[in-house]
Amino acid sequence: MSSSALTKPQMRGLLAKRLRFHLVGAILVSLGVAASYKFGVAERRKKAYADFYRNYDSKKDFEEMRKAGIFQSAK
Amino acid sequence: MFFRAAWSFVLGKQKGGLGMRKVHSPGDPAPSKGKVPAYTNYYAQRSYPMPDEPFCTELSAEQRALKEKEKGSWTQLSHAEKVALYRLQFHETFAEMNRRSNEWKTVLGCVFFFCGFTALLIWWQRVYVFPEKPITLTDEWKAQQLQRILDMKGNPVQGLASRWDYEKKEWKK
Repeated sequence: MSSSALTKPQMRGLLAKRLRFHLVGAILVSLGVAASYKFGVAERRKKAYADFYRNYDSKKDFEEMRKAGIFQSAK
Repeated sequence: MFFRAAWSFVLGKQKGGLGMRKVHSPGDPAPSKGKVPAYTNYYAQRSYPMPDEPFCTELSAEQRALKEKEKGSWTQLSHAEKVALYRLQFHETFAEMNRRSNEWKTVLGCVFFFCGFTALLIWWQRVYVFPEKPITLTDEWKAQQLQRILDMKGNPVQGLASRWDYEKKEWKK
């Protein structure tokens, strides 16, 4: 009927193919997101806290706050 | 696509709609593309592609002859006859049915237009309806509040006080 024969389309295994593609993609994306969160947020935050408290002098900090006048009990 | 189906249902044109109507045959079996017949009982959509009733039910004499020929072997039908039979049965091909349209431009334009109109309304409201700002929202009060937070060293590790340089008394670069 038609002048040129069309190629036979994929008849079977459509869901399996889609699942494989999307499963691999989903695993990669979630691993990527978890890794970037770990390094971009979690480790960075841990480092920030470690750096802050390495040379922290709480008495000096308290004196600064007292001089600024925010306490009611220690003027 | 769904709107056309819903609308034709409301108008009673669909099967089981609010008022049943007889099908109005458009005449020739190949209607001009892009021109939908005004009234039709035909309700096929992409999600419901093969309804029971054909598109044209009132057939001319030669169309009836063609339907008789269809009852025989299909290898004897010419290409034009097969197309004619298709057009009797279906209103549009899938390609025609799924054609793109420029409706999205209209939709987006109207959305933006009404967003802008809403903005004008809100502006008017701000000028003519809102009362005076409370004292806590004035700039002097907010500056004093910020100074107090910095004195208390709020969030000194990663937050606000960590961005303030206490020696130079300015924000860190």
